[in-house]
Amino acid sequence: MSKEEIDYILKVAEKLEPYARGVQGDLLSGKLFAMLFYEPSTRTRLSFETATKRLGGDVIGFSSPESSSFSKGESLADTIRVVSGYADAIILRHPKEGAALFASQYSTVPLINAGDGAGHHPTQTLLDLYTLHKESTLEGVKIALVGDLKYGRTVHSLVYALSLYNAKIFLVSPPELSMPSHVVSDILERGATVHETTSIEDVIEEVDAIYMTRIQKERFPDPSEYQRVVGSYRLTQELLKMAKPTTIVMHPLPRVDEIDPAVDNMPNAKYFQQSFYGVPVRMAVLCILMGVFD
Amino acid sequence: MKELKVKRIESGTVIDHIPPGQAPNVLKILGIRGGSKEVVSMVMNVVGKTGKKDIVKIENRELAEDELDQIALIAPNATINIIRDYEVVEKYKVTPPDFVEGVVKCSNPNCISNTNEPIVPKFLVERKKPVVLRCMYCERKITEDIAKYLM
Ligand SMILES: Nc1ncnc2c1ncn2[C@@H]1O[C@H](COP(=O)(O)OP(=O)(O)O)[C@@H](O)[C@H]1O
Ligand SMILES: [Zn+2]
Repeated sequence: MSKEEIDYILKVAEKLEPYARGVQGDLLSGKLFAMLFYEPSTRTRLSFETATKRLGGDVIGFSSPESSSFSKGESLADTIRVVSGYADAIILRHPKEGAALFASQYSTVPLINAGDGAGHHPTQTLLDLYTLHKESTLEGVKIALVGDLKYGRTVHSLVYALSLYNAKIFLVSPPELSMPSHVVSDILERGATVHETTSIEDVIEEVDAIYMTRIQKERFPDPSEYQRVVGSYRLTQELLKMAKPTTIVMHPLPRVDEIDPAVDNMPNAKYFQQSFYGVPVRMAVLCILMGVFD
Repeated sequence: MKELKVKRIESGTVIDHIPPGQAPNVLKILGIRGGSKEVVSMVMNVVGKTGKKDIVKIENRELAEDELDQIALIAPNATINIIRDYEVVEKYKVTPPDFVEGVVKCSNPNCISNTNEPIVPKFLVERKKPVVLRCMYCERKITEDIAKYLM
C-alpha cells in the first residue's frame, strides 16, 4: 500500500467514525460479506461484523474451520470459488502465510486479508496508524515498540508502514526476540530512523507512543527465563510516570501481563480506544472496496 | 587436443563448470530424469583449471536458453556449449532468470505454497549474484543452499 492509499483510507475512516459510535448507516445496505475464518479471532472478526452491520450490510461465514462445512478436506481454492458466487466480498483469516494472495487468484469478488499466519494483517496496521493519527501524531512519530519483535506479526507490518511517515522507531526487546535484521535493513532503506535497545527506561522519556506486545511463553524453552524476560518488559504506572504526559500506550490486544492493569486508568492508556478504531477503519476499507467512496 | 573425460558427441548441449556434486541437480532442474529419452552423460569431480567441477552432456538436444538459465540457481558459473558436427558452435554463461516457477520449494513450512492447495511455488529473483530468491506468497527469502529446496 502506498502512503496516498493509506492516507485516503484514514480520511474515510474519520468520516465514518460517527457510524462506528452508533449512528445507524446504510452505506453497505444490500451488501453481503463472507467471513472465512480458518483460525479463531475475536477482535478482528467482531469488528468486521460490527463495521458491516452498523452500515446496513450483512455477513455470512464461519469463525473456525471445524464449524464450517468446508472442513471435509475441501481446498481453500475451491472454497473461495464457491463463496465468490455468494458474497460481494470475502474477508479471509488463514493460518498459512501468503494464503490471502493465493486466495485472491481464485476470487471473483474483492478479498480482504484479515491476517495470514505470520504474514500480513493490513487492517490491524491501518488501525494502528489511525490510532497514532487520532491520539498522537503519525508523521515523524517517535515510537517505541516493546516486547516480542521477532515473531509478532503486527509489529513487522507496522514498522514497514511507519517508514512511510519518517518515523523514529525505537525497538525495545530482549536479544532473543529482536526484530529480524532483514526487516530492520528494509525499513532503514525506506527512510525510517531506527534505534535498538533492551530497556524501556532508555527511551520512555523521549517517545510519543509506546506500542506494547505480548511475549509468548512458547518462545522460551526455559520457564524461569520466560519469567525473567516478562518481568522486565512490563509497563507499570511508575515507569509510565517517566514518560511525557502526552505519550500514548498502545497494544494490539489481547494483553496478558505486559501492561499492569493499574495503567488502564491513566490518560495515556489508549489500547481500548485503539481496538475501537478497528471499526471505522474496517468500515472505510469495506466502503472503498464496494465503491461507496471513490 | 584436450582430453575429453567423456566421449565426444556429434551434436547436443554440454554444460560445463558445474560446481562439484551438482550435476544430478542440474539434470533435475532440466527435468531430465529416469524415463527421459535423451542420451545423457555426466562426469563428476573432474579436475579443471579452476579446481573440481562437474560436466553434463546431452546428446541430440539443444536446450533453450531460458530453460538453461534456471540452472544458474545452483551453478552460477556454468557455461553452455552447443555442439554441432563435433564442434562448439555457440558458447555462453548462464544468467539467473527474473522469476522462478515450479523449480524450487519455499523454505517456510508455514507458507501456503507448502500445502495441498493447487499451487506452483513462485519466486522473484531479488538478486542475481549471489542468487537471492523471494517467495511470491509468503515473502520469505532463500539466500543459500538453494539445491536443498529443489522440487
Ligand atoms: N564434441 C564434443 N563432445 C563433447 N564434449 C565437448 C565437445 N566439444 C567440446 N566439449 C566439451 O565442452 C566444454 C567446452 O569446450 P571448449 O570450448 O573446447 O573448452 P573451454 O570452455 O574449457 O575453453 C568442455 O568441457 C569440452 O570437454
Ligand atoms: Zn513461501
